[in-house]
Amino acid sequence: MLNELDVNPQDFESDAADHCYLDDLSQVDETDAEQFLNVGVDTGADGRGGTFIQKDRSVVHCKSCQDGIEMMSISQAAETHGWLGEYLWKNVSPDTDKFTSRAREKPHEGYFIRALPGAKCEHPLQSCLYISKDHFSQHVHNLVIAEEGSELHIITGCATSPHLVSGLHVGVSEFYIKKGARLTFTMIHDWGEKVFVRPRTVTRVEEGGVIVSNYISLKPVGSLQMFPTTHLMGKDAVARFNSVLVASEGSHLDVGSRVILNAPGARAEIISRGITLGGTIIARGNLIGKVAGVKAHLECKGLILNDGLMQAIPELSGHVPGVEMSHEAAVGKIDQREIEYLMARGLDEDEAVSTIVRGFLNVDIEGLPANLQKRLDKAVSETQKDMM
Amino acid sequence: MLQIEELRVEVGGKEILKNVNMEVPEGETHILFGPNGSGKTTLMMTIMGFSGYEVTHGKITFKGEDITHQPIHERARLGIGVSFQRPPTINGLKTRNIVEICAMDQPVDVETLADQLDFSEFLDRDVNHNFSGGEIKRSELLQLMAQRPDLTLLDEPESGVDLESILLVGDTINSLLNKGTKYFPRGRTHKTDRVKSALVITHTGHILDYITADKGQVLYDGVLCCSRNAREILKWIREYGYEECIRCSTN
Ligand SMILES: Nc1ncnc2c1ncn2[C@@H]1O[C@H](COP(=O)(O)OP(=O)(O)OP(=O)(O)O)[C@@H](O)[C@H]1O
Ligand SMILES: [Mg+2]
Repeated sequence: MLNELDVNPQDFESDAADHCYLDDLSQVDETDAEQFLNVGVDTGADGRGGTFIQKDRSVVHCKSCQDGIEMMSISQAAETHGWLGEYLWKNVSPDTDKFTSRAREKPHEGYFIRALPGAKCEHPLQSCLYISKDHFSQHVHNLVIAEEGSELHIITGCATSPHLVSGLHVGVSEFYIKKGARLTFTMIHDWGEKVFVRPRTVTRVEEGGVIVSNYISLKPVGSLQMFPTTHLMGKDAVARFNSVLVASEGSHLDVGSRVILNAPGARAEIISRGITLGGTIIARGNLIGKVAGVKAHLECKGLILNDGLMQAIPELSGHVPGVEMSHEAAVGKIDQREIEYLMARGLDEDEAVSTIVRGFLNVDIEGLPANLQKRLDKAVSETQKDMM
Repeated sequence: MLQIEELRVEVGGKEILKNVNMEVPEGETHILFGPNGSGKTTLMMTIMGFSGYEVTHGKITFKGEDITHQPIHERARLGIGVSFQRPPTINGLKTRNIVEICAMDQPVDVETLADQLDFSEFLDRDVNHNFSGGEIKRSELLQLMAQRPDLTLLDEPESGVDLESILLVGDTINSLLNKGTKYFPRGRTHKTDRVKSALVITHTGHILDYITADKGQVLYDGVLCCSRNAREILKWIREYGYEECIRCSTN
């Protein structure tokens, strides 16, 4: 158990062969394309406003199709924008932990996405971070800037090639949401049973800015540990975090969000739903109210089906009078009365349980394209099959 | 249709139904009266097969089949449907979807049914989530309309329903039972359908103004102790109370 949690970047290989750049998404290998689709990245690119794909350490495709929206690899962005240093490593410090320092030492690209002032992204942008080399440790550094009054909608999928045995993914992400801007960020993970994942994300939101972040992990993963932090710096800034987690046997998910409310009128909501099918879920939530006139709510619900550990750790701290913060946490099994209610409507016990589980995981996720929602519904149904 | 013989039921180790004998023939509507805590809901839950209601003695037969120990869903598929007094909330499941579930693979026009019950705006809400008392009743009836059971068990269908909506509830029950109605569920005409059976729990008897009952019974202290015209029973209970009603029936 210990070695699954105590992962060392040095134990992985940080070098990988180059993959060649593909001008056209139709050139993406068929098996890869299927894996991408599972995490919401559509190489048919219907209705997507731009695509970034990184395989191991190579950016294999990157293109924005919308005016006012920039999409590049982080190294290209550094060449293009002399001012990039004002943002890089400013939200996340490289010496946060061994993973961030590793990402600093051995950088492997990552994406840069920026909406120019007032630009509104009509179709979601998609980015895919993919590991195909066994035993590789991928270190990406992502930067997202939503300039004043802009709107960005990003879907990020992370996956590995189907035969990959083990790997490590370190993702440093820095998000800047300027005055009145809005970022909707949906991240879907489908790693492997022996893949270790350490995202390190920090977001800064200015006055009237909004971040909506959805995180979905339904497939097995070795261990995942993340605790993205959001600083609501300006008046009326808003953060909403939803996560939907399923931990199958052998998976260890330690996932939470922290929001620091630093300005009056700031609001935050953290909602998490977890199901363990023999794995471990530690669902954390941390709200910190620094000034009066802020409002925040934390909701953490977990179901234990069969076996496993489900731990909800909600934390609220108010530093002044006049903060309004609440939490609701529940861990347990499915209520027998609900099962029997559905049985009285003609479902057998298994069908009743799946229906309830599907409902439980059905957090209303804002802004998901219809075909992605369908894929997720399908993935949830598949989860249930595994469970039965 | 439904036959109950010498039924004894324990809940949480306590005997609630002590010796219940009852028959609801095909096409008949029976009314069940009884003071609070007398075991009326217990009887319905036992007929449906809910856990926690332990049959220690006796037998329940439906359509000639012994269902005493059958799982709930098999009873539902055999044609028993219940409107619950206090149904649970199911988070994330839309009312629309539970109505589809109730139809058990038969085609169902959820919108039209909901429209008839003036319940369309609730279809996209989670099942029973923050529903008011009257809304729960309508939600339960909507589900039954999709289910079309041969035996309908209604636990206080009019309690908490405002005076205007009672007419709607009455009409819906008649429609469920294929008794003269303005509704033509699923495009079928009620004339060709046989009248269905029902067991209805009521305290106020208001529902009797809208549906015709074939018989009334009183459950008292776990035993059925009176069986006669439902309106007469209601009148007795109103005028003299349950005590007197029991005294009369034991004489
Ligand atoms: N789970 C339980 N554990 C213990 N006692 C119970 C349980 N459920 C019901 N009872 C008891 O069984 C008795 C019968 O309850 P029941 O709900 O059947 O009454 P009822 O006739 O439907 O009453 P009402 O008119 O108030 O709805 C009551 O005394 C009740 O407290
Ligand atoms: Mg009752």
